[in-house]
Amino acid sequence: MLSIKNLQASINDQPILKGINLEIKAGEVHAIMGPNGSGKSTLASVLAGREEYEVTGGSVTFNGKDLLDLAPEDRAREGVFLAFQYPVEIPGVSTTNFLKTAINQVREYRGQDPLDAVSFLKLVKEKMNLVEMNQSLLSRALNEGFSGGEKKRNEIFQMAMLEPTLSILDETDSGLDIDALRIVANGVTKLKRPDSATIVVTHYQRLLDYIVPDYVHVLYKGRIVKSGSKELALELEEKGYDWIKEEADNIQA
Amino acid sequence: METTTDTKNSFINTFREFEAGLNGSAQGSLHEKRKEAISLFEKTGFPPTRDEEYRYTNIAKALQKSLGSNTGQLESDMDAQAIEGFLFKGLEANQLVFINGRFKPGLSQIISDPKNILIQELSEAYKEQPEKVGAAISKHAKPESDAFVALNTAFAHNGVYIEVPDNTVAEHPVVLNFISDGTKGTTTSMPRNLFLVGRSASVSIVEAFSSIGENTTFTNIVTEIDVQQNAQVQFVKLQTEEDKAIQVNNTHIYQQADSRVTTTTISLGGNLIRNNLNYAVDAKNCESNMYGLYYLHGNQHVDNHTVVDHRQPHCESNELYKGIMDDSSTGVFNGKIYVRQAAQKTNAFQSNKNLLLSDNATINTKPQLEIWADDVKCSHGATTGQIDQEQIFYLRSRGLSRESAQALLLFAFAGEIIEHISLEPLRAYFTDILEMKLKAKYQG
Repeated sequence: MLSIKNLQASINDQPILKGINLEIKAGEVHAIMGPNGSGKSTLASVLAGREEYEVTGGSVTFNGKDLLDLAPEDRAREGVFLAFQYPVEIPGVSTTNFLKTAINQVREYRGQDPLDAVSFLKLVKEKMNLVEMNQSLLSRALNEGFSGGEKKRNEIFQMAMLEPTLSILDETDSGLDIDALRIVANGVTKLKRPDSATIVVTHYQRLLDYIVPDYVHVLYKGRIVKSGSKELALELEEKGYDWIKEEADNIQA
Repeated sequence: METTTDTKNSFINTFREFEAGLNGSAQGSLHEKRKEAISLFEKTGFPPTRDEEYRYTNIAKALQKSLGSNTGQLESDMDAQAIEGFLFKGLEANQLVFINGRFKPGLSQIISDPKNILIQELSEAYKEQPEKVGAAISKHAKPESDAFVALNTAFAHNGVYIEVPDNTVAEHPVVLNFISDGTKGTTTSMPRNLFLVGRSASVSIVEAFSSIGENTTFTNIVTEIDVQQNAQVQFVKLQTEEDKAIQVNNTHIYQQADSRVTTTTISLGGNLIRNNLNYAVDAKNCESNMYGLYYLHGNQHVDNHTVVDHRQPHCESNELYKGIMDDSSTGVFNGKIYVRQAAQKTNAFQSNKNLLLSDNATINTKPQLEIWADDVKCSHGATTGQIDQEQIFYLRSRGLSRESAQALLLFAFAGEIIEHISLEPLRAYFTDILEMKLKAKYQG
């Protein structure tokens, strides 16, 4: 589904990603871990098409298409979804209002008829329950004055509404209390389909108790320096990142 | 030689013709005021840009360039069909139509009972109640306060007189459509409006300005609103003229105790607009709200000057003006709040927020507070920025095109102003106008 080859990216001429290789197949969950500043969020942003980052080399193919060639909205319409680490507050725009526009533009791209108001509301009700979201939040301005947990739940709610084939969760667990974490993770798990894949970018192993990964990759200094099964995450939790840094730095030297 | 006559002198000549045409009406208290006003205008002329109040907006120059010595009023042959597109369709309201400053009874529709709300052409009202109307004209909009008020007062004749009796809620809003027809040549109009709102009365009034034609149209309007105790007034201005239109718009509001007045000024069209909005809050426990939205393109220039004069204690004023400037347009905001020594316990808030969509767009903003009282709560501020690219990216990452993301954000920014229009059918109407304007631009 997703094939990342030797991906390199920089911001303000500062190289951040220095050759990422990653293959993701439908049905898989990949966790990307790593110390602060290793490039985890950059990878998520580059995949979603954030324009501040300049791709300086490599390729990303998504379902046979050159992902890097697509505008952010076309990536979304092709089925890529990024759950933001810091969801943006948008005063004056309600979640339902903007989602209706979003869904119908996605549908239009896919050659589907727009959803009418009734079917849209039905979909909202159904997906709302998935993340135990209060309806009153949906009519309020998008993320404005939401608590951290509410913002993250809103991200997963939007994901549920848009039904992506590739979901990228960028530190969705950071700062969440255990109840919110459980709700968010359960939502993600319920949304898994055999034809969809998930990339979980996280700093903590905790989330992976709920969203069980098929593969764990460790990112360090812009490269994947170690890949393994979910046990790797437990090992990292126990031993920290120093041993991996050392290993990687030795190879480098 | 006429070609050497400047615009100022041309207006004075036009006044002589106007005066001659008044025949029997060229007498009485109103005409005395006209004569005083024209001699005042003759003395002062148009404000130069060294006048601090007109520093960023050189109307004299624009008039000289586009009107020259053609300061007369043209006839128009626009009929019901021609004006249809300018009217508020489907709104249950009293709709009055003025074309080039002249009242068109045949195109107007007054649906309210005069006992509920008296709506008359100003010269008719003056004929019927010369003392009352004559005394009220220029009571609050003094010719010496502004050259354009003086000029308008000299020509005070056509316009709208509204009287809402004590303890009366006006059943239907009043919409005044001022249409300028510049198809056959340049034209001017000087509407003069007078609204007297009685004790515990309530009314909603809209002034809508539109224009057609290739030639410059100049509208110099003065509206005085006298608001008695415990009355409620909602006043909306909608400026959607074509890009040959020049407009100077003076509004003077006088508030008695326990009254509430909310004005919303929406400027979407026109080449050069100057709005002077003045509130004199002359008694306790008043609420004065001023909301404004200017959304400008091309070379448009819109200047909003507002003044609130808090003279008595326990009053509140809220002001929020928002601007979106695209292309090479220019916005000017100048808001003054005076809190006099007697006006203790005043709450006055003022804010001006601007979005610049282009590198060539300009905003000059100056929020001002002058406080003599010592026990007050006042704040003021101005912000200028661009559309938040982080917000755009967030919306695009959900599948919205860049254009519709932009339109959605602009709509949200501007929508805050329209939300303050409390009368639902009017608010819905203005929401539609804004949506149409954004759709036209972003095909969203």
